[in-house]
Amino acid sequence: MTRTPKRTPATWLRGGGLSTLVFALPMVLVFAVFSWSPIVQSFVMSLQKTNLITSEWVGLDNFVRVLSDPLLGTAVVNTLYFAALALVFGFPLPILLAVLMSEVRRGKGVYSALAYLPVIIPPVVAVLLWKFFYDASPTGVFNSVLGWAGIPPQPWLQAQATAMPSLVLEATWAAAGGSIIIYLAALLSVPPELYDAAEVDGASIWHKIWHVTLPQLRGVIFIMLILQVLATAQVFLEPFLFTGGGPNNATVTVLLLIYRYAFQNSLGGNYGEATALSVLLAIVLALLSFVYFKLTDKWSAS
Amino acid sequence: MKSRSKALAASLAAVGLVASLAACSAGSSSGKTELRVATFPPGADAAAYEAFAAQEEQFEKANPDIDIIGVEYEWEGPTFAVQLAGGSLPDVFTVPFTDSKTLLENGQLMDVTAEVEELGYADKFNPIILEQVQDADGNIFGFPRQAYAMGLHYNRDLFEQAGLDPDAPPTTWDEVREAAKAISEATGKAGFAQMSMNNTGGWQLTAATIAHGGRTQEGTTGSYTSTINNPGTVAALEFLHDLRWEDNSMGSNFLLDWGTINQEFAAGNIGMYTSGSDVYTALVRDFSLDPAVYGLTVIPLEGDDAGVLGGGDIAVVSPTVSEAEKAAAVKWIDWYYMQKLLNKDAAVLDAQTLVDSGQAVGTPVLPVLDQETYLESREWIADLINVPLDQMTGFFDGIFEQTPVGEPKGKTQEIYALLDTVVQAVLTDQNADIDALLTKADADAQALLDE
Repeated sequence: MTRTPKRTPATWLRGGGLSTLVFALPMVLVFAVFSWSPIVQSFVMSLQKTNLITSEWVGLDNFVRVLSDPLLGTAVVNTLYFAALALVFGFPLPILLAVLMSEVRRGKGVYSALAYLPVIIPPVVAVLLWKFFYDASPTGVFNSVLGWAGIPPQPWLQAQATAMPSLVLEATWAAAGGSIIIYLAALLSVPPELYDAAEVDGASIWHKIWHVTLPQLRGVIFIMLILQVLATAQVFLEPFLFTGGGPNNATVTVLLLIYRYAFQNSLGGNYGEATALSVLLAIVLALLSFVYFKLTDKWSAS
Repeated sequence: MKSRSKALAASLAAVGLVASLAACSAGSSSGKTELRVATFPPGADAAAYEAFAAQEEQFEKANPDIDIIGVEYEWEGPTFAVQLAGGSLPDVFTVPFTDSKTLLENGQLMDVTAEVEELGYADKFNPIILEQVQDADGNIFGFPRQAYAMGLHYNRDLFEQAGLDPDAPPTTWDEVREAAKAISEATGKAGFAQMSMNNTGGWQLTAATIAHGGRTQEGTTGSYTSTINNPGTVAALEFLHDLRWEDNSMGSNFLLDWGTINQEFAAGNIGMYTSGSDVYTALVRDFSLDPAVYGLTVIPLEGDDAGVLGGGDIAVVSPTVSEAEKAAAVKWIDWYYMQKLLNKDAAVLDAQTLVDSGQAVGTPVLPVLDQETYLESREWIADLINVPLDQMTGFFDGIFEQTPVGEPKGKTQEIYALLDTVVQAVLTDQNADIDALLTKADADAQALLDE
């Protein structure tokens, strides 16, 4: 039997609680000012009509207006399309590459460095570079490369059908490196005995990946999946810089719509509507995460 | 003991943080009136800063009690309202005509009626332009400083490569189409390009509509009617459709705005495009255009009621400044923007300073004062004009015969945004139904106007 000492303010003080608090204080203040207070303020603002100088309360008007905007449906569909493409093509790629790279015996460091390189490039710079690569004329960078293989030039960002896949391609390239590093680290924690045992049983490489590696990575994959879904639901940088939502609203995403509400018109800045849609998005994503963790808890336990 | 010294260290660190934050907001102590004034957009070349520094010195010498602080400034929808609310706008800045009415109705501009009258040139302004900065009672909220008319800008070099005469630019939309086709066939570049993003697509479509004799909006304050689906707009869109899909003479980039189209033009990738007549200054200063290849003419007008879309901007004072700052601001506006239009010595000094730093002097504009004063002011600086006037003859010969038409006043920018989508649809979808697009845009615009 161990006796837990009773906690009192005095023991807290003697145990160095005060200095802990003082050390934490700058961080707490920074968070309160730059993170928590804007969150609270945006909830307040979603119930107001404001030009940031004078405000009036309008109840749920902003929500009604946002939900009746015909562009909202387009934006939701576009965002889901982006998320789906990113999920189908962008999500398995880093897992695959990480598994392959972990099998490589020599020069592992070189491969990880190469894979991580795109992450080092500032995102805006990367997008502007790709915008240049995506030049739709036959002499554009990608079109020249396609030309060598006898493939006709593609319109990339300049056509409604190809604009969104082009954004996903760049986003996948930009994000893969970070995910690969995480999966590589997770692969290190797979006990080598499991592979040895599988080998003794005569398992092929694909059997080992399917029955040993992937189940062992399950926890990490679940986390990465929800992180990716949350990130793609908030995609903004790519449509904003590549296309501004065009052509013909083909790449307007929910976050871009929020931005447009707030900033497109210098004078009619609808900050109330922008925050109302942000609040709606936050609620949807919070619910999604909640359900997801409930489900994966169950799967992980079984 | 140890924990106490740790706490002390942490407290000191916290105090240090607060102190350094406080230092950011230190005020003036020189006793002079500090005035933060808009200069030019971020990204201007070093010579532009030199020219401004020289002008700042001249002004401060004449007004030793005022300290001018130049602030980079560009009127941009996204940042303007936030800067205004956050108090980071300069004390003196410029806004386009399209926004001046709403701003003054919102109380976001300083009333300068008394100051303008005291300066004595209230009655010299072109009344159509002065009306842009007056409220219903005739109070004046700013100084119209510059106006432009839409013009057709073209690349003389590409004209020559295509076997066209750069001294005889197109005068009808059909000739524009032929020239565009010739250029793209001979050079592989875009013969004609069109802005389509960030509200500029709507701006240019409105200009093209008016040039084809149509209007996108009718009525006066309080009762605007959207007339977007009119024969002029249809003609303007069919023109774009034919160039894009029949002639393939618009290149391969259909997502352009004011900045990117200037960049592409300056890089020699565009044969012709329409934009404000005053864009030459920015093309040379911000986009490194080679002046030798530049050409400017009037845009073709067709149809009974055709006109040239004009716009411009006004110099205004932030509503948050003190009385002393307001007085200083008016002095600055008068000196920096207005005197060069009115006074020979000021005009020559201004032009000389700009010429010395390699800035453009003599870019074609529309007069904000009466036409006579404008033409006279060009005489004063005739020797200093350094823009290639002989490459702009098409514009100077034609502009005073064109009827200037102002931009639509109701929800201007929001409706431009709706029209962006229409322009993009026509340029990226071969089977776009122009009538259906315009009917929808018209209904959406009317809904905005009825709010």
